Amino acid sequence: MSDTTTDNSTQTGDDQDLGAAGSQLSTAPVEDAPSPNLPALGVIGWARWFWRQLTSMRVALLLLLLLSLAAIPGSLIPQTGIDETRVADFRERHDVLAPVYDKLGLFNVYSSVWFSAIYILLFVSLIGCIVPRTWQFVGQLRGRPPGAPRRLTRLPAHTTWRTSAAPEEVREAALALLRKRRFRAHTVGDAVAAEKGYLRELGNLAFHLALIVMLIAFAWGQLFKSEGNKIVVEGDGFSNTLTQYDDFKSGNLFTNDDLEPFSFDVKEFTGTYERTGPNRGTPRTYETEVTYTEGADGEEKNAVIKVNKPLEIGDAKVYLVSHGYAPVVTVRDGKGEIVYQDAVPLLPLDNNVTSNGVVKVLDGYRNPQGKKEQLGFQAFFVPTFGGSASGTMLSQFPALDYPVLALNAYHGDLKADSGIPQSVYQMDKTKMKEFKDADGELLKKLLTPGETMTLPGGAGSITFEKDIKEWAGFQVVQEPGGGWALGGALAAIGGLAASLFVQRRRVWVRAVRGDGVTVVEMAGLGRSESAKVPEELGDLAGVLYERAPGVADPEPDGTPEPVAAPPSEDPGASDASGTTTSTDTDSQAVPAEGAEQQ
Amino acid sequence: MTLAAATNENLAEISNVLIYSAMAVYTLAFFAYIAEWIFGSRSKVARTAAALTPKASAAGTAPAVTVRQGGGTAVLERPKVTVRAASGSRDVPDGPGAHGGDEQGDLYGRIAISLTVLAFALSFGGVLTRALSVERAPWGNMYEFNITFSTTAVGVYLLLLALKKNVRWLGLFLTTSVLLDLGLAVTVLYTASDQLVPALHSYWLYIHVSTAILCGAVFYVGAFTTVMYLFKDSYENKLANGGKPGSFATSFLERLPAAASLDKFAYRVNAAVFPLWTFTIIAGAIWAGDAWGRYWGWDPKETWSFITWVAYAGYLHARATAGWKGRKAAYLALIAFGCWLFNYYGVNIFVNGKHSYADVGLGVLQSAGF
Ligand code: HEM
Repeated sequence: MSDTTTDNSTQTGDDQDLGAAGSQLSTAPVEDAPSPNLPALGVIGWARWFWRQLTSMRVALLLLLLLSLAAIPGSLIPQTGIDETRVADFRERHDVLAPVYDKLGLFNVYSSVWFSAIYILLFVSLIGCIVPRTWQFVGQLRGRPPGAPRRLTRLPAHTTWRTSAAPEEVREAALALLRKRRFRAHTVGDAVAAEKGYLRELGNLAFHLALIVMLIAFAWGQLFKSEGNKIVVEGDGFSNTLTQYDDFKSGNLFTNDDLEPFSFDVKEFTGTYERTGPNRGTPRTYETEVTYTEGADGEEKNAVIKVNKPLEIGDAKVYLVSHGYAPVVTVRDGKGEIVYQDAVPLLPLDNNVTSNGVVKVLDGYRNPQGKKEQLGFQAFFVPTFGGSASGTMLSQFPALDYPVLALNAYHGDLKADSGIPQSVYQMDKTKMKEFKDADGELLKKLLTPGETMTLPGGAGSITFEKDIKEWAGFQVVQEPGGGWALGGALAAIGGLAASLFVQRRRVWVRAVRGDGVTVVEMAGLGRSESAKVPEELGDLAGVLYERAPGVADPEPDGTPEPVAAPPSEDPGASDASGTTTSTDTDSQAVPAEGAEQQ
Repeated sequence: MTLAAATNENLAEISNVLIYSAMAVYTLAFFAYIAEWIFGSRSKVARTAAALTPKASAAGTAPAVTVRQGGGTAVLERPKVTVRAASGSRDVPDGPGAHGGDEQGDLYGRIAISLTVLAFALSFGGVLTRALSVERAPWGNMYEFNITFSTTAVGVYLLLLALKKNVRWLGLFLTTSVLLDLGLAVTVLYTASDQLVPALHSYWLYIHVSTAILCGAVFYVGAFTTVMYLFKDSYENKLANGGKPGSFATSFLERLPAAASLDKFAYRVNAAVFPLWTFTIIAGAIWAGDAWGRYWGWDPKETWSFITWVAYAGYLHARATAGWKGRKAAYLALIAFGCWLFNYYGVNIFVNGKHSYADVGLGVLQSAGF
């Protein structure tokens, strides 16, 4: 690797030379080769061995790689926490695979035992790594930069000259210069020792610490999280209590008292849709006007909730997540009395809001015989009907261009009070009888707004009113710890930037009297990735040279001074030019082929 | 929120013309790069093979220090800074570049770079007019993402050149992949210009996607350099062990920078952009918090960003761990970039295809390619 064999032979020697000077440039644990001789020391020995392994960089690396591997299946297999219907779908299609997946927790990768095990180990390793490194770093800060190694010429970057200035003068000038450049510098013996770039270590520690903060914040959020959904028709309201939700999920440590007290009323939902082009039908405006009150009896305020703009009330955020139609229907009994009049929210089935649902008349209805009965109508609704000639009942567009409601009719017992909770969108037909039309078929009809379907035998009628309401679906989320997670994330970025962009490096300036003049030697040492060290050293030397100008060198240039000359500089550093054509500079002796080290 | 602001058809037309023109000019640049390689190969460049002869290839530009590559001597005004190799690294000079030190080759290379600059300007114009025509950022669908991505990648390359980094040799490979990318964009992925759907309206999206594109472009440069490092490293190993590489390998690899330089450059590039990638994920999480009610939910796209992040973190760790530098770390870097690629193409095409949000309002997100 260098031009003289003598130099090569001293190679191993000088690394020892560096000794303390080169140590502690980082608090990264020293990696010793995996030792095959396992401890024979009983439980404590094993525990210590295990701990040392766990907190080693090699294991941290392995755990990191494992974590990324372990995250993959969750992105390819449907997850219960993300989309339950797809999981159900999957179970149906793979009756052999699904139970295996279940056993392996593959439908719940991110809360599975093995996934948790990996990241918990990783974080234990992380803590086990940070704590000693922090102490070590504090020790380094309280100590002083190590003194100059015996032979500065052995350092990665080195320079020397002779000057007529006195050694003390040179050292003083060097000390002042280095301190001005914000090095921590002091004089040890005949040399000045200086160090700079502690921010790298600090940043690195801060980064790893921030990872822990983020993890805890995330875990905290998951434990105390609550998330509920509620569909509200225009004109109706919602108040934030458990009973009001259509469905509700919460973390393990959540209690009902954690719910933020507030309520809101939906004034109006506005949706407009692209009329032309390839994205015809995609929503353009999608927002809900609400009035809300904070606390039990707060002041009433107005707000608009949009898709990306949740309403924030205390810890809770109210998101607009879905939308549909709620046709208003009126049901009359045989005598023409109104027994039911309401907006019936229907569930959308596709992007053009083809919707279905059920109208349930639970009480107040008596059949022509005067007997109490319940009525049920299955409803199918399209906001834009394709026309009866189109052959499809699917909606053609999401806006209310040509609304049509298709109904059929049943009577009997809806079994609403059987104790089993019922979906408002489904009808239990086991105790229901069909109304028949003239042909003896199930009675059904397509209605446009204002039209009425009459039930046979004087059983009454159902009217599709002209007023069609819309509903908005809200998700109310409370997830504490978000602020901590964000803070941790920002700290992580800051720490990372410091850790990657700041170089920790040392500079030594030695000035000794030699035959009549003073010999100044300067050397720099940084972490291996650094290309800036020689540059900075040159810069410092240039300034110092002005204070202690050179005198004629007794030896001409190009003496046996061993110049190992690897282009360890990176082409990305300022020392290389990408567009240069080959310029001829000094060529060097050529080592024999294969004269490779290591 | 403005409604259905009419898409400006004219601008969209202009954008398409610009993109096609850019492709034409990239093609010319591609041929010029080829010429550079071909004419360059005529000269005798076997520097590495010349038993690691230290031929200097680059002159330094630092204020007071001139580090002569290979010479290992930094000339100061007076005192010289002597640079020593980290022990264990091979003393191999950087190759001269694609032109191989040949004057004619160099001329072709310069023409190629000029053409690349022109093509970049055209495609930048294409992206800009596209953005104006849809009155939003140009990444609402995969077509737009692709044209923006390739423009950014070339921008990164030109920026590195302007900063005098030794990356000129990348030109041929970059134009090739940019042509493939644009070709894919205009044929398979083309989407007529239209507006963004409401869920995508958020300034966090602008921040998130623009940094994601930038990171991707830089990761791409890093990954490509890493591949070249692997080739060059085997080449050097072979030489060092007395082997005799084929003439094509010789002609090609001799002209690249030394393996150590490539390795270091790749590390620099990846490390420099890693904090930005971290930020990208955080910006994405903030956006998801606003759009979906949770900042992190292990959605496939999020999961793969996380995997990519962890893989790059693993790479950086590997560099800090003795025994994992060099080739092993390089493989990690490539795996990490593979994760990034999969996150963009794979997740959009294979995973999201089946994935659909239950809610109508959010279902539209999928059609926008996110
Ligand atoms: C939670 C997972 C972890 C992540 C995402 C992570 C990420 C990173 C990153 C990105 C760096 C590069 C910064 C630099 O080079 O200065 C780094 C450096 C470092 N990490 Fe980690 N790390 C993790 C866990 C650990 C663990 C468990 C340990 C200890 C065993 C550790 C010890 C270190 C050390 C010592 C450095 C500095 C290396 C140097 O000084 O060059 N890290 N880490």
